[in-house]
Amino acid sequence: MSIEVVNITKSYKSFTALKNVNLHIPEGELVALLGPSGSGKTTLLRLIAGLEQPQEGSILFHGEDNTNRDVRERQVGFVFQHYALFRHMNIFDNIAFGLSVRSRKTRPSKEEISEKVHSLLKLVQLEGLAHRYPSQLSGGQRQRVALARALAVEPKFLLLDEPFGALDTKVRQELRRWLRHLHGKLGLTILFVTHDQEEAMELADQVVVMNEGRVEQVGSPEEIYHHPANPFVYSFLGRVNLFHGRIQNGKIKLGEAEFETDWKDKAVEAPAVGYMRPHDVEISLRPSEGKSARSVQAVINHISLLGPIVRLDLKRLDTDEVFEAEMSRQRFLELNVEEQSIVNVTLHNVSIYVESQPLQTHPPALVPLQASV
Amino acid sequence: MRKSLSTRGFLPGFGMTMGYTIIYLSLLVLIPLSVLFLKASTMSWEQFIGTIMDTRVLASIRVSIMTSFFAACLNAVFGVLVAWVLVRYQFAGKRIIDGIVDLPFALPTAVGGIALTSIYAENGWIGQYLAEWGIKVAYTPIGIWVALTFIGLPFVVRTVQPVLQDWDLQMEEAAATLGATRWNTFWRVVLPHLLPAIITGFALAFARALGEYGSVVFISGNMPLKTEIVPLLIMTKLEQFDYAGATAIATVMLVISFVMLLIINYLQWKINKFDAAR
Amino acid sequence: MKHLTEPAYIRWTLIIVALLFLGLFLILPLVAVFTEAFRQGAGVFVASITDEETLSAVKLTLLVAAISVPVNVTFGIAAAWAIAKFSFRGKNVLLTLIDLPFAVSPVIAGLIFVLLFGSQGVAAPLLAAWDFKIIFAVPGIVLATTFVTFPFVARELIPVMEAQGRDEEEAAVSLGASGWKTFLRVTLPNVKWGLLYGVILCNARAMGEFGAVSVVSGHIRGMTNTLPLHVEILYNEYQFAAAFAVATLLAALALVTLILKSLIEWKTERQAKLDEEQHYDVTGERAG
Repeated sequence: MSIEVVNITKSYKSFTALKNVNLHIPEGELVALLGPSGSGKTTLLRLIAGLEQPQEGSILFHGEDNTNRDVRERQVGFVFQHYALFRHMNIFDNIAFGLSVRSRKTRPSKEEISEKVHSLLKLVQLEGLAHRYPSQLSGGQRQRVALARALAVEPKFLLLDEPFGALDTKVRQELRRWLRHLHGKLGLTILFVTHDQEEAMELADQVVVMNEGRVEQVGSPEEIYHHPANPFVYSFLGRVNLFHGRIQNGKIKLGEAEFETDWKDKAVEAPAVGYMRPHDVEISLRPSEGKSARSVQAVINHISLLGPIVRLDLKRLDTDEVFEAEMSRQRFLELNVEEQSIVNVTLHNVSIYVESQPLQTHPPALVPLQASV
Repeated sequence: MRKSLSTRGFLPGFGMTMGYTIIYLSLLVLIPLSVLFLKASTMSWEQFIGTIMDTRVLASIRVSIMTSFFAACLNAVFGVLVAWVLVRYQFAGKRIIDGIVDLPFALPTAVGGIALTSIYAENGWIGQYLAEWGIKVAYTPIGIWVALTFIGLPFVVRTVQPVLQDWDLQMEEAAATLGATRWNTFWRVVLPHLLPAIITGFALAFARALGEYGSVVFISGNMPLKTEIVPLLIMTKLEQFDYAGATAIATVMLVISFVMLLIINYLQWKINKFDAAR
Repeated sequence: MKHLTEPAYIRWTLIIVALLFLGLFLILPLVAVFTEAFRQGAGVFVASITDEETLSAVKLTLLVAAISVPVNVTFGIAAAWAIAKFSFRGKNVLLTLIDLPFAVSPVIAGLIFVLLFGSQGVAAPLLAAWDFKIIFAVPGIVLATTFVTFPFVARELIPVMEAQGRDEEEAAVSLGASGWKTFLRVTLPNVKWGLLYGVILCNARAMGEFGAVSVVSGHIRGMTNTLPLHVEILYNEYQFAAAFAVATLLAALALVTLILKSLIEWKTERQAKLDEEQHYDVTGERAG
């Protein structure tokens, strides 16, 4: 079942949680809502479930308007961040709850419910725990019970709020793999909220990056990592270096480094910001041939040996800006540098954003530019 | 010694305050209470049983237990209702209503007693209308029931209210996403969670009602075998200088009270366990 | 949110039923006290209140409260310090023992002191030798009142002190403060509202206690008559207006108690909210 979010605006007393959000979630996909806390991702999830009402806009399931439909009739499976298992019911009764509260006409028989619950227990690999209480289970087990309880009513799709937030790293890894497997097996549309970019990248087919009540970018993990739409997405996904400079005569100058662009309006002069990943910083002992325009000199402030990779804290000699470089341990040993060494640095894959003239373009205020490499 | 010191912490004053607590507790509470049992033990078994098995004593025990039980039942039902309304709904004057729930704790029982009597007497505000229907409240067991409901009213409200306040609303949201109606959610999710608190409140109200004297004495009419409650009978025995009889009845009452206290403590412990398991 | 509440008509039905119940059982009796007091006019009301016996009952009631409340406050503070700031075996037993007077019927509370100090009591020969009367005299009333109000302060203070933990006290002691200084300057400011709360409840019960005092007083007019006992005597003599007039004094006391209690609750609630907000500022985390 596909989900369509059209022009949704939701505000509480003093602040706006969502501003004109549009989103299309295709059937059968595993989609992550990724963003920092306060970005509105949980609010969006609750709006889709019907746990909140929007001020404006509409929500469509498979083309059918569900905006004013009660949460009870939407048939969504919702898994809460802290699971919200019923404490006084055992696991069996928790999972059976959605079926056993149906009106007499639509309620399955006792045997059918029991069969369904046991097949779900098998699916979530908790056979034999049917008579335990939630307090007797580990966090990971509770999470799976919450999933089974949501699946019992055969929902149109699954919504998960920070599904692994309260678990420790090892259990989290295990459950991620398991959720992926489950998605493949059931072919259900799954939408989950997370603030952990690694989790979103690893699990999702599509990632929706949100910030301050807006959708910043939608795309595959590959797209959003390598072609971030704006500086926020760039800096939210992984470590990033930031250089300040200007655009002049259609060229971008970041300190002594210079980049060609396809910027047409050569008369425009404006501040520009360059973003790059630490692993795109190339370090050499001598200036490399032919790339000198993108090379600068820097001093090594600190060396961190992080197992297979090595991270260098550097300071540019021309602008005094500090930045990071990452390389394999092997490359580091080849270079044979130490702290306070002065090295030659070549900047690859720099994404440059120019602050546009307010009169020429309306938001977004920062437009991405593809630096020619 | 060293070990106990290290786990106890190094703050001063434990010996002094603990000693004071124990001595004061013993002098004021434990020794006087044990005198009651001491006095009871001087009676022979036949004498003791003879006193308790007296028709008038048995009748008073029956009246006390029945009226206290029904008062606690009424309080359990309306206590949950009042707590629910106070926690979940907004309406004008809510703060004042919330404050006035404790009135039976603050109002001297004798005042409550005469006020209720004046209302429910045959010429009283409510009593006159009930009299037209042929219902007598004052000077009947119904009157005792009214008085005991009054003094036990805050207990269920005050035990259920905090549980309802701390209640995780996501539990109700979860039930809603699973298709449960409001009624189903309340009946199957909220109420079972409140149950330990309701039972605790019920037990507290029941225990308080069993021992209550001041508010009942005016409205009950104190007719032996009909509207005489146990505390009143003890009082009567004392006025007749029948100390042995009073002691025997008091001992039975006290044992019942202690059992109630144990049950209440057990329930409290169970509630805490529930919360810890979250 | 629609799914978390009931339709308006159910909501209002429940509110109205709850208010009717409270109105019938709480507000109506309160109104009755004041109405009955003025039934025979303001003159009778004023005369009953300024009556000599009433005044002596007021004096005795104040005296009893002035003794038993401070005594129980001292005990409550000591018990709370020992129980909340230290860990030891048998803590739960001690807590249950402190609760005991709540489980004892007021009449039995009076009875045990009669058995101890009455004319046939355990300590009777001793008292006779010193020519000292406890039962049917003021000391008996004080004793019985202290017994029934025994747990109030301790019960309020212990949870508050436990919630405070002992970090601040340990810090104070490690900085060289004496135990007494630590209590006065660190502990007391933290628990002052809880303490006041306990004192107010303790005082209300001390002034209003009826059953226990009734057993030990002997109802001697002008001598061992507290306000609640005086109400009973007047009522039993069919002086209803006078009885209710004196009862208004006690009802006023109850109202003042409730108002103070609500104020303290409101104040501590606000404090808790402020603390919580500060907590959010520090962690900066709120569910997205």
